[in-house]
Amino acid sequence: MRYGYYPGCSLSSTARAYDMSTKAIASPLGIEFEEVEDWNCCGATEYFSLNKTAAYALVGRNLALAASQDNLEQLTVPCSACYLNLKKTDYYMGKYPKLANLTNEALAAGGLSYKAGSLTIRHLIDVVVNDVGYDAIAEKVVRPLKGLRLAPYYGCFIVRPEISEEPLDDPEYPTHLDRLLTTLGAVAVDFPLKAQCCGGHMTQISAETGYELIRRLLHNASQHEADAIVTICPMCQLNLDAYQSHVNRHFKTNYSMPVLYFTQMIGLALGIEPKELGIGQEFVSAAGMVNKIGTEPEIPEPVKPRREKDDKSLPMPRKRVEG
Amino acid sequence: MTETNSNHDFLEEIITATPGAETLITCLQCGTCGGSCPSGSDMDNTPRQIFAMINAGMRDDVLRSNTPWYCVSCYYCMTRCPREIPITDIMYTLKNMAVRAKLYADSDAPDFSKTFISFVENYGRSFEVGLASRYHLTHKPLKKFDMVPFALNMLMKNRLSLRPERIKNIGQLQAILNEAKTLEGV
Repeated sequence: MRYGYYPGCSLSSTARAYDMSTKAIASPLGIEFEEVEDWNCCGATEYFSLNKTAAYALVGRNLALAASQDNLEQLTVPCSACYLNLKKTDYYMGKYPKLANLTNEALAAGGLSYKAGSLTIRHLIDVVVNDVGYDAIAEKVVRPLKGLRLAPYYGCFIVRPEISEEPLDDPEYPTHLDRLLTTLGAVAVDFPLKAQCCGGHMTQISAETGYELIRRLLHNASQHEADAIVTICPMCQLNLDAYQSHVNRHFKTNYSMPVLYFTQMIGLALGIEPKELGIGQEFVSAAGMVNKIGTEPEIPEPVKPRREKDDKSLPMPRKRVEG
Repeated sequence: MTETNSNHDFLEEIITATPGAETLITCLQCGTCGGSCPSGSDMDNTPRQIFAMINAGMRDDVLRSNTPWYCVSCYYCMTRCPREIPITDIMYTLKNMAVRAKLYADSDAPDFSKTFISFVENYGRSFEVGLASRYHLTHKPLKKFDMVPFALNMLMKNRLSLRPERIKNIGQLQAILNEAKTLEGV
């Protein structure tokens, strides 16, 4: 199966592990990616906040480039924010002719144009569960994720807003990632906040608002005794993982919840080595969780400092380990 | 009742700038939006109040409110609204208008967006290191000291690029964006 591929900016920086694991599982799953030539940033939520016409034009350039490349019809996007921007622009250009004309007028300044509907925009997980399919994936599992309790975290843009004739899943209680994790041999724990927001850029502009949203998710996953949270979006991963220590400091909590991409979980189940999947790039180490399923070679767990940094108790001699 | 005052200008302006927003006049004031909002408790006004204020023509109060800037774009309100008002899209429109009217006092959120897009306009790609260092230097720099160990950690985990990537045809992109801005009249 051949697809256009729009990686988005995060996949070459903060979410390199997502890029590595996506590429590692593509060929075993029979997916062939063709990256969009000279793609640009999708503008995230920032461009739409300041200048809508330019924001649609920015996304429009990507659509125009992808549509003119080698008769591509399907464009796969691993990042949920990029996915929404591309899909929404395509959808709105079809629904609102005025917006389409304005966007195309801007694109014409660069010698480009885009006709709504020329491309089908698809999130990577959609391609994996619906085109490759659960059964085909189950057949390829050589290292079942037995004994792992995983919290399937969807976030927002994969299911909301509902701007498609055939929505991928329920906007408030999706289940496709649950089913995928079960297919890989893991237990998908009940995770009521599975489609709640990670806070997006709030960690930058109003940290306390952002931390609270992250805390709720970590708390909910911990309550359901998850070994890890599994995500489908670079922003969600960054917020829950890289800001977990900030959240712990802010709320005086003690969460230690690894946050991995669904592509990394597929890779592990397919027998690919953790390092090739970018495991080890996460802030909250996933080593303990990964070692549970008996990967070879085992990844060393980080050595715990003798005393926690903010430990205010008096230093005491360490207990000698028996035997 | 012959109310043809300027009250409706604000509403019209929002409708023109937001595809699908003509439903705004049908708002029931049911409050489902505010009840669904994960960051609603930090907002000056709930979305429901904002819509009542828009319909009452309270332009300056709406554009001064922190509400659109605390919208996290989760689209729960938009999914649940019984009148199918494109609430999140309207929040984006309000941000566009607030920046141009220079009415929103706290510059953190607008400046974050501006810094982000300045890299996109110059390189065609976003650039975290540049964004974080430029933004944090100008906004509460003292509070941001903990960003340094954070950034080092990100680097050690191979999760940051030190140099921005520039797309090949940046000239084409800039021509498109400039044309778009001219079309929008900014």
